[in-house]
Amino acid sequence: MRRLTWFNATSLTLGFAFLYLPMIILIVYSFNESKLVTVWAGFSTKWYGTLIQNEAFLDAAWVTIQVAVVSSTIATVLGTMAALVLVRAGRFYGRTLFSGMIYAPLVMPEVITGLSLLLLFIGIGLDRGIFTIILAHTTFSMCFVSVVVSSRLVTFDRSLEEAALDLGCSHFDAFRLVTLPIIAPAVISGWLLAFTLSLDDLVIASFTAGPSATTLPIKIWSSIRLGVSPEINALSTIMIAIVAVGVITASLITKRASLRQQADERAAVHA
Amino acid sequence: MRRATLILLPYLWLLALFLVPFVIVLKISLSDIELAIPPYTPTLDLSEGWKGLRDFFAGLDFENFVFLTTDDLYWKAYLSSLQIASIATLCTLLVGYPIAYGMANAPDHWRPTLMMLVILPFWTSFLIRVYSWMGILSTEGYLNQLLLSLGLISEPLTILNTPVAVYIGIVYTYLPFMILPIYSALERMDGSLLEAAEDLGCSRIKAFWLITIPLSKTGIIAGCFLVFIPTIGEFVIPSLLGGSQTLMIGKVLWEEFFNNRDWPVASAVAVVLLLILIIPIVLFQRNEQKQREAEG
Repeated sequence: MRRLTWFNATSLTLGFAFLYLPMIILIVYSFNESKLVTVWAGFSTKWYGTLIQNEAFLDAAWVTIQVAVVSSTIATVLGTMAALVLVRAGRFYGRTLFSGMIYAPLVMPEVITGLSLLLLFIGIGLDRGIFTIILAHTTFSMCFVSVVVSSRLVTFDRSLEEAALDLGCSHFDAFRLVTLPIIAPAVISGWLLAFTLSLDDLVIASFTAGPSATTLPIKIWSSIRLGVSPEINALSTIMIAIVAVGVITASLITKRASLRQQADERAAVHA
Repeated sequence: MRRATLILLPYLWLLALFLVPFVIVLKISLSDIELAIPPYTPTLDLSEGWKGLRDFFAGLDFENFVFLTTDDLYWKAYLSSLQIASIATLCTLLVGYPIAYGMANAPDHWRPTLMMLVILPFWTSFLIRVYSWMGILSTEGYLNQLLLSLGLISEPLTILNTPVAVYIGIVYTYLPFMILPIYSALERMDGSLLEAAEDLGCSRIKAFWLITIPLSKTGIIAGCFLVFIPTIGEFVIPSLLGGSQTLMIGKVLWEEFFNNRDWPVASAVAVVLLLILIIPIVLFQRNEQKQREAEG
């Protein structure tokens, strides 16, 4: 039944053209000589040059990377803990509230999350800056991490861990040596998801960042509100390139890891 | 002991940074506006203990919520958000279904690549994806240049800063959320059902309506909710592509807070938005549960 009919071929071609043409146009026009973005005036890399000299953008990029690295790392730890609680802790007082608080931020409109966190920070008199953005990003991305990790934990064979305990492992060692390596791909993709969400976030960062800290999306936002600019096209091209390289590398790594895991499992069965 | 730490750490974090902030929003939505910093007078003063609580309930009014119903702007913004989200969800379904269908029927060795091509845009910056349409849709933009040079139109079309641009932006950015659940439903489908229908004299189109659509129903419903729910509170797309004539509640909340500095009203807007969202969220959860039960 799997044949490529003309209908399927057309819908795939049109669909992927729709998904990719806008970004391709953006990339092509980032090499445009003219300041008028919609008029092609010859090839040039000068916008990349002006971008590299633009200190405001570089500062914002540095702030963004710091926030993303720190918040996604804390979110991965907290999110993995939350996933273990959701899947394994059984019943405890306030469990419904706990799982509600894990799932609610996933569907909460960003304007509400941002507003409520800002009101909290003002209420307790916390100065807004990098620290408050990190707190905000950690909070919503730990929920995404815990969803990703718990979907892996559900299919995890607990007898492996029990075997390790029977053979004299401590609880912590059993987790470190058996559970963690097996759920590692999910933990890593959780971290990547948290990292990307943090890099990408405009709305929550706008609410929780004070005047002292500007992230890249906030900086991009304030310049694109005025219209299309060749500098932003150059910046977008760099960001798209980083993501494309990252995603392709990650998918190659996971493909190899899953092949190796299959081989390991086969070997274990035959042994 | 270990179990308690494991539970408490994420629990306390979420209580402090998710639940408490939300209670604060609720509290401020019941406060009065004040020209001060912070610009509201709290009506609940906990430092006065029981007296404060009694005063709070005695003086409790929903004036900010009443205000939302008296000013046209707010209910129009809620209605127009719902309308834009519904139309955009339908458009996304119409664009996404054929793509998901094409993927599910593509040769096996193509599918991982197609899958990656659908997911890749999801990892690139949302802001940049929306921004990329500004250059395409503007009056002197690429689309108008193309249509003019083909002689299809004689005057440039005005698309940017209209609701049409918002629809395009939503379809574009939320397309992966529609494609993936439909694709996973279609992929599980047993192809022999279609062969049986055709052997029994069903036309292909009829077999599609009678078999493929019903079997992908859970995917369609999940995809629609995944687009509809976040779209209602969307801020970036209407601000960049919709111009001043597109009214959406996320934008109203933002402007109420940052431009008018009316925190109580902004908080009331947030509370009502959340109440509206509860209905589709509950329906979505129920759909997911039904699907899990059907599988398990």
